Amino acid sequence: MSQRVEQPSAPITIGNTRSHHLFVKTTVLALIVMGTNSFGNYALKMGLSGDAGVSSWSPMPYIRALFHPWVIAGVLLMLGWFLSRLVLLSWADLSYVLPVTAFSYVLSAALGVVLLHEAVSDVHWAGICLITLGVALTIFTRPGTTPPGGSAVP
Amino acid sequence: MKWVLVALVVIPGTIGDVLNSAGMKHQGELDEWSLGALLRFGWGILHNWYILAGLPAMALSFFALMALLSRTTLAFAVPATASSFILETAMAKFWLKEKVDWHRWAGSILVAIGIVLLAL
Repeated sequence: MSQRVEQPSAPITIGNTRSHHLFVKTTVLALIVMGTNSFGNYALKMGLSGDAGVSSWSPMPYIRALFHPWVIAGVLLMLGWFLSRLVLLSWADLSYVLPVTAFSYVLSAALGVVLLHEAVSDVHWAGICLITLGVALTIFTRPGTTPPGGSAVP
Repeated sequence: MKWVLVALVVIPGTIGDVLNSAGMKHQGELDEWSLGALLRFGWGILHNWYILAGLPAMALSFFALMALLSRTTLAFAVPATASSFILETAMAKFWLKEKVDWHRWAGSILVAIGIVLLAL
């Protein structure tokens, strides 16, 4: 593990090996975060809207639901999402990770079109365009902008 | 009642994310991918008080989201919780002292609006 060097959040130039390496590993981790999140949410929704569906304030139905196969798959995928996100946060800012990994919403919509033949309305297309624009604005800023050890950490 | 659940998703989720980010800034960058480095990294996470303090908040947010999804539709739950993007970006700037320039503010706001539109 190494500490980061303070950098401004201005757009990065992918002109040297270090920047290229950082961009590639950030993109790969972000894809893993998005994939585990999208499929994890899908599995949880499948589990919770089926036989394991719960709508109680008691914790017991939720604990029982944890043994449903779809929910088990969802929880494992969300654990993968949590760990991969922690790794990404070890060098990337929260204000970078949040918008960039939100591209998973676009991937989920694309999966719905391709796999489930869902229709995409004009409003949905507008949403997809805005998210893509938001990700594009963020992804070329430097992932990490805080000094070694994180000056913000009290 | 559903707005109580929305608050229980957004506020603990934001606190958990900020604590996780603070913990990982404290721990330092993972830049070696050998088994030993990954085990050391995992061991560090298990002893990182910021991460450990964030876990109950994340768990509360997760179970509140499960409860919200089982009581309402995605069309309600997703836009209602999209506000967390703006809240977390503000916390990143003012508490974590990240350099949030206009690219990131615009990115977060556009993403939040886009998520609302996708859920309509």
